[in-house]
Amino acid sequence: MGGLVPGISTFAAPIDRLFMAVLIVTGVAFVLVEGILITFLVRYRHRKDRRATFIHGNRTVEATWTIVPGLMLFGLAIFQYGTWRQAKIAFPDDSGAQLVGVSANQFEWNATYPGADGRLGTADDLAAPINILHFPVGVPVIIELQSTDVIHSFFIPVLRVKQDAVPGRPVRLWFEATQSGQHELACAELCGLGHYRMRGQVTLEDPASFEAWLAELAERQAGG
Amino acid sequence: MSGTTELSFIRRYVFSTDHKVIGRQFLFTALAFFTLGGTLAMLMRTQLAWPWQEIPVIGKLLYGNSGNILAPEAYPALVTMHGTIMIFFFIIPILSGALGNFLIPLMIGARDMAFPRLNLLSYWLMVPAFLVMLSSFFVATGTAAAGWTSYVPLSALRDMIPGSEAGQTLWVISLMLVGTSSLMGAINYITTIVMLRAPGMDMFRLPMTIWALFVTAILVTFATPVLTAALILLLLDRSIGTLFFTVGAGGQAILWQHLFWFYSHPAVYIMILPAMGIASDVISTFSRKPLFGYKPMVYAIMAIAGLGFIVWGHHMFISGMNPLLGMTFMTSTMMIALPSAIKTFNWLGTLWRGDLHLTAPMLNALAFVSTFVIGGLSGVYTAATPVDIFLHDTYWIVGHIHYVLFGGSVFGVFAAVQYWFPKMFGRLMNDSWGKIHFVLTFVSFNLVFIPMFILGAYGMPRRIADPYQYEMFASLQGLNQFMTFSLYVLALTQVFFFVNVFYSLVRGKAASSNPWQANTLEWTVSSPPPHENFHKVPTVYRGPYEYSSPLVAEDWLPQDRFVDGARPPSVPERPYPAASPASD
Repeated sequence: MGGLVPGISTFAAPIDRLFMAVLIVTGVAFVLVEGILITFLVRYRHRKDRRATFIHGNRTVEATWTIVPGLMLFGLAIFQYGTWRQAKIAFPDDSGAQLVGVSANQFEWNATYPGADGRLGTADDLAAPINILHFPVGVPVIIELQSTDVIHSFFIPVLRVKQDAVPGRPVRLWFEATQSGQHELACAELCGLGHYRMRGQVTLEDPASFEAWLAELAERQAGG
Repeated sequence: MSGTTELSFIRRYVFSTDHKVIGRQFLFTALAFFTLGGTLAMLMRTQLAWPWQEIPVIGKLLYGNSGNILAPEAYPALVTMHGTIMIFFFIIPILSGALGNFLIPLMIGARDMAFPRLNLLSYWLMVPAFLVMLSSFFVATGTAAAGWTSYVPLSALRDMIPGSEAGQTLWVISLMLVGTSSLMGAINYITTIVMLRAPGMDMFRLPMTIWALFVTAILVTFATPVLTAALILLLLDRSIGTLFFTVGAGGQAILWQHLFWFYSHPAVYIMILPAMGIASDVISTFSRKPLFGYKPMVYAIMAIAGLGFIVWGHHMFISGMNPLLGMTFMTSTMMIALPSAIKTFNWLGTLWRGDLHLTAPMLNALAFVSTFVIGGLSGVYTAATPVDIFLHDTYWIVGHIHYVLFGGSVFGVFAAVQYWFPKMFGRLMNDSWGKIHFVLTFVSFNLVFIPMFILGAYGMPRRIADPYQYEMFASLQGLNQFMTFSLYVLALTQVFFFVNVFYSLVRGKAASSNPWQANTLEWTVSSPPPHENFHKVPTVYRGPYEYSSPLVAEDWLPQDRFVDGARPPSVPERPYPAASPASD
């Protein structure tokens, strides 16, 4: 309780901080409202000798509880812009990043990696086995995501990345993992009867092991 | 007028133009669909607790072909139909259809709706909608299964999921009928409220339930045609091969989402505003105190409706829509929390220094306030775009929507049915049974839905038939079983409600015209009201919430009672006669 599952990407910490910020603001509001509600229920419950106060409202009170939460909500919105920009708008430069192509279809993830030319969509691309994805740690990874049939959604909870893949609209997403390990990629958009088993195996590893794995892929592809 | 025309049984109870009969028809059909939608929810949750296990008893009946076990394509179908039925056949019809019809003429002092025949048509267009949707349960490939949101291309291409065969076509046709019916109702409500108010009933003397239904009708009028348009495009794509939603052929898959949410976000307010109105009326009545901040409450409803049209993009933050748009939609979404907050504060203000009578309807109205707060606040997390990257399409969303629509709307329905039951049927519901039902429902409801936020924080996606395929969610099975068990309790508890409704219909204590000592006009006529409601059209002297007024000794002061010192009606006798269906 008290937060999202631990995150291991560069924007996991800011996202989790924003979650906590919202948790604090809404938590205080929740305790205040429910506390006042319960207090009033006890305090003003029906008694024979009492008559309710004949009052229709109060302008000062109305103005206060309009302006204060209004400013807080507006502030809370502004407060999110930076991290949203970091996660979805300000992409790292291609040159320093690892490009990966991910194509989704019912009910599998197919990852491709650039070959020697460093570009996707060329003859020397390396295709990973179905539902197997490897990403280097400490390097920005840019994924070119596409779908070939229906809408899927690329979701790796620990990395705080989620992006829909809409057929006909290739889209980019990025992240930088900070810890190696084995994780899972889930499809987060209902995509058919096999939606529940559209699961990818994600290996986050140091750049050297990642390069070794790519070399292995290249070798297998050449031999194949 | 009553007694001058003898209507046949069929004209009186089946194809009736009397708003009270039509309201009751909507009530009973909606309650029937509530049980169907609830049954689907139980099947879903049974699968989530014990995936791919044989379902005892009903498994054989429903899933005999797949060995009494849910087939993989059956789960998305359950998800789709649960949402569709609860939203389009239960909540919207019971709030707008049943309560709107029954209450609007009575509460504004009119003899009937402005267009009684249109009203009749609006119910009888729902009947084919029901039949078409129900028939999809019997087609070989099953019901629609692309979610209640029916995102294309899953819903457009027949071979993507079995439900996208005939089932989806029936779904589209049924919803087009529902939309047309809603539109007929809405136009009728707007006209009636604008034109047929009794003398003295200024707009700012309308009860909040009427204000809420009025603004809801405006939302329906502006939003529903957009859904209908989208449904027509989908039907054409599916039937004659147009390509409105096909990329590469000039169409856009994401266009469906924009059109769908342009309707369906306002639709969330269509489902909650009437409940807000109900809560306001019930809380004021049982606090024996004027509603705190009547005008701010009205303006808040208007603000919700206005902002409701510019927040739809928050359903699409990660759809690939330009992320810059995400910022503006986030800001408008954050701001729509404000009028809801204002309403909550005003409900608390109404309780403050009141004389609270904790009857069953009051308890349900208070449950509305306390759980709607959770629904609203949980939406702030998903409004925050960076946080929504994680929470989008997880169980957080499922928890959020159920706190709004069950915690909000359904508790509002429970409050409304028990509050107006004596007026509808001339008999009181049993308050003790109502309280037992309330306590058990309130506890089990929270036990089902609070854990959804925990599942969401783990990232468990919604609409997953077997989450434990994933190692990262395997540990959540125990919690899911607990939720499922709680849902069984919640469902069984509803037996108390249904028994109370049907028993009270026949054996309930006879109700006087004003059992709650309330102020609004419906309580000035007999229970149930006579045909054409008012023997003499009432004159209104004051607002609806003058409880504990110093002008009178008792703690209520009906809107139509003249006392010395009361303002005379500011609106003179209107040139429009009250509607009289028998003479048109």
